Amino acid sequence: MNKYDAIVIGAGHNGLTNAAFLAKAGLKVLVLEKNDYIGGATVSRELQEGWKYSNCSYVCSLFRPEIYQSLELGRHGLEVVPLQGSTTFKQNGDYFGSYHQSAVRRREIARHSKRDADASIRFDADLMKWCRLIRGFLLRTPPDPVSFKMRDAMEFAYLLKKFYSLSESQIYEFIRFFTMSIAEYLEEYFESDVILAHFSGGSIIGTGLGVYSPGTAYVLLHHAMGDVDGNVGSWGFARGGMGSVSKAIASSFLAFGGEIRTQAEVEKIVVSGRKATGVLLSSGEEVSAKTIVSNLDAKRTFLKVMDRKDLPAELIHRAENFKIRGSSGKLNIALDGMPDFPSLPKGSPLTLGHMHFTDTLERLERAYDDWKDDRWSQDPYVDAVIPTQYDPSMSPPGKHMMSVFVQYCPVAVEGGWNNEKRDEFGAAVIDQIARYSPNFKDLIVHAEVRTPKEIEAEVGLTEGNIFQGELTLDQLMFNRPFPGYAQYRGPVKNMYMCSSSNHPGGGVMGAPGANAAREILLDLGKPDSTPGDFGDD
Amino acid sequence: MISSSTINAIVIGAGHNGLVCATYLAKAGYRVQVLEARDSVGGGASTSNFAEGYQVSGLAHVLHSLHPTVCKDLNLDAAGLQKGTAIDTIALDLGGAHLTLDTDSASGAGLSHRDAEAYTAFKREFRSYAKALEPMMMARPPRLKDMDFQDKMTLAKLGWKLRFGLGAQSMRDFLRVGGINIYDVLNEEFSNPLLKAAIAVDAVMGHHMGPRTPTTVLTYLQRLWGETHSANSLPPGGMGQVSRALENAAREAGVLILTDAKVDKILIQEGRACGVQLESGEEHKADVVVSNADAKTTFLDLAGTSELDAMFAKRIHTTRTNGNVAKLHLGLNALPTITGLTELQMGQRLLIAPDMRYVEHAFNHAKYGEFSEHPILEITIPSIADPTLAPEGHHVMSISASFAPYSLKKGWDEARSIFTDKIIAAIERYAPGLSNAIVARELLTPLDIETQYHVKGGHWHHGELTIDQSFMMRPIHGTAQYNTPIDGLFLCGASAHPGGGISGVPGRNAAQRILAMDGGT
Repeated sequence: MNKYDAIVIGAGHNGLTNAAFLAKAGLKVLVLEKNDYIGGATVSRELQEGWKYSNCSYVCSLFRPEIYQSLELGRHGLEVVPLQGSTTFKQNGDYFGSYHQSAVRRREIARHSKRDADASIRFDADLMKWCRLIRGFLLRTPPDPVSFKMRDAMEFAYLLKKFYSLSESQIYEFIRFFTMSIAEYLEEYFESDVILAHFSGGSIIGTGLGVYSPGTAYVLLHHAMGDVDGNVGSWGFARGGMGSVSKAIASSFLAFGGEIRTQAEVEKIVVSGRKATGVLLSSGEEVSAKTIVSNLDAKRTFLKVMDRKDLPAELIHRAENFKIRGSSGKLNIALDGMPDFPSLPKGSPLTLGHMHFTDTLERLERAYDDWKDDRWSQDPYVDAVIPTQYDPSMSPPGKHMMSVFVQYCPVAVEGGWNNEKRDEFGAAVIDQIARYSPNFKDLIVHAEVRTPKEIEAEVGLTEGNIFQGELTLDQLMFNRPFPGYAQYRGPVKNMYMCSSSNHPGGGVMGAPGANAAREILLDLGKPDSTPGDFGDD
Repeated sequence: MISSSTINAIVIGAGHNGLVCATYLAKAGYRVQVLEARDSVGGGASTSNFAEGYQVSGLAHVLHSLHPTVCKDLNLDAAGLQKGTAIDTIALDLGGAHLTLDTDSASGAGLSHRDAEAYTAFKREFRSYAKALEPMMMARPPRLKDMDFQDKMTLAKLGWKLRFGLGAQSMRDFLRVGGINIYDVLNEEFSNPLLKAAIAVDAVMGHHMGPRTPTTVLTYLQRLWGETHSANSLPPGGMGQVSRALENAAREAGVLILTDAKVDKILIQEGRACGVQLESGEEHKADVVVSNADAKTTFLDLAGTSELDAMFAKRIHTTRTNGNVAKLHLGLNALPTITGLTELQMGQRLLIAPDMRYVEHAFNHAKYGEFSEHPILEITIPSIADPTLAPEGHHVMSISASFAPYSLKKGWDEARSIFTDKIIAAIERYAPGLSNAIVARELLTPLDIETQYHVKGGHWHHGELTIDQSFMMRPIHGTAQYNTPIDGLFLCGASAHPGGGISGVPGRNAAQRILAMDGGT
């Protein structure tokens, strides 16, 4: 008799979400984590005394509100503070501010282009339309296009019905939105360089694509469809840093009777007779359970913790060719005080939001060209936020913490990464910010610089890819992670996948974890504990 | 609807699609008149006399997609069509280890056994994808809502071909790679850099794309679709000979062709096209007007925005139609030599693109309005197979060079000679002594192509073949089924589905649509 019904490998936010739903349905669940802390990339850590860094993921927007409610994360201590607007600094000393209040934002757009201010009304409405449509698909299992099973046919019928709620021209516009590049999509609305650059930036975050690569317009949605308190399209900070998200999910999981073991690295998934029966820890201990769920990315799951002899050759081939190139770097900076940004008016609320320093599409695209040739961007795209303006608990009184996300940074630079090159990369990023903030460099108390190499080594994201697999059409929906394996079931019985390598992909969203739980419970004949369709419309 | 007035249909432009469309209509009993601005027919499929005694295919120089259905329906063989013999593609190597590719096999360039086998399997697999798309290519694009019987049939045939023509495994693979870039696919399949680059060139040449641009698998399939029914060839007499055969077939069917007759505007009465006015002021009336011109010219110049819904006009205006390929013609007093190539091999399709990084770097420039420092080149010397194209002992070389963006930041005036020199220098590295043999030269930038061939932006395909400008969105949704918002006005050129290449398919599909709609009432 097994002590556990299910084992989840990896205490990242999807693993915890998956475990919580399984426990909620009454299963005895054990979560195994190799690090001595939980959360994976959804974590807050104190690397400089007095400062807490959200040192991987840094904003909370994609997290599904259905999951928040269903796991009562509010009661377990998660509090999300909406983020106020964003800015792009121009090289000529001006700036563009995308204010939180839409009327103010429109006035600001008009300051740069009157025509763009009119276009922005159309743009906002269109984007909202696609958000509402796509959101409905996130918490569903993708149907298999070659299958003739009733369930897949029904799911296709459901999706078709949803599409048919659109008018004919909206259907074509949706296909265009899904396949166009962000730059070309925006150029159909806007003319001002800084506005084009400002709204394009979100689409390249985490991707191996440039602003002119077809398919990036859709990524915009991936970032714009977050819900904070039911407010579509807003971003938020988790109070106490991103670690609070995983802590709250873990607390919910424990309340359902779950168990977490840290410093317990899984070496192998034990398979006998084409069935997963348990896991072998690096300590040599073997733990068995009826169901094994992997929250590791697809490469680690199939090429590291599973034995080749247990896998079909085609799947090994797909796993080896799974595209998971990292493209992002991260700096976490402890600051002695609040940096000045002389471009902004005194007391501007814009420092409360995202700050960007790339003001043309050409600069964005050239940053991508560097990455293609295995260099970090000489003129990097930066997404900087200072969450301590909202949440003083993350730094000593009067001090600040800045979280700097950087696009692009390659998995391997020429000759390989070393500490000098890493610091050079960090310096390039700091220089970029310092160009717009004269006292910035003097305020730096401590800076943690992370290239894809550090991200992989610490969190276990292969090649440092923040989405656990690139978000291109060959790895989305029914193709994620591989064609034929998009329904969370592994190649052997009783084995499942719940990481961001699965539909609908990366970001601190929780959806792959919840979707996988639904499939597991279905196979076990247990009642579904996961939230159903999104219902705010 | 078709009245007994003298002319039933006017076709604007005697490009190959205009001639194809006109002939189909005439065969169905329409009285058709074709009006051509230039002094001869053919448009982009013509032979140009670029210097005294030197002739070359003016724009398109390799015939690779003329559809057999069109050839058969219009009886082009009887009209004198000669496609020429099939040619191989040879990717040049500086050291002389060139790579030879035909439709199914690859050899040379120290190609590994594994790569050679993979190439054969890859071509077979990808050709089967292209074949599966055939029902989609040979019909008007189906509407996705309010479908009629034909729309449903097209989709059903496509679905059947994908699921049962390809089978479960191939369908999965197709759905996986169909929307991505050729770069990742080729890296997964092959290791030989020359081989990867040669395939990548087919995916990006003529487009504003590099190998790493998503959707280049689709542009490659569009190119390969031609290969599913005919091999690459150099028509004797140049591409003008193909158009002459089309002209013969058209006249045979009773089509009236008027050259030096530039249409100035489409006459519209109460929302219905009723004829055209020429630059000379002359008016020609007809029941139906079919435009072989690109969509921007047709709607914005000839019909006029006052006849269009403002949003429709804006969307036509924002379609991406800027060309990226320049054409260089050289008259040579001797045949150049390339180490390791026989004269017969010199007469094949030669490529200069050593690896995919080279191709991607060439494209990088185009993104910023610059021409490629090191362009990718497709070279043919048609005078080897057809000595009549040049004076005795002399030769003509025809080169497509990418990337040469239509809107060059610095303008083409000064850049023209610099870019020409760059192309010649790039070839000379492989063919020493080339520049000494040059006796005549002509460079056509996309800007020249625009003015000489009346194609906005000078684009090979009259518009980018990205997904958002393909199928039921080509040139834009709302006019993707060849009929337009203006009654009695139709599109039949490369702006319309399935796009460019000397295939004749847009012309054929348009004619079927016009006949099915009985002229649009």
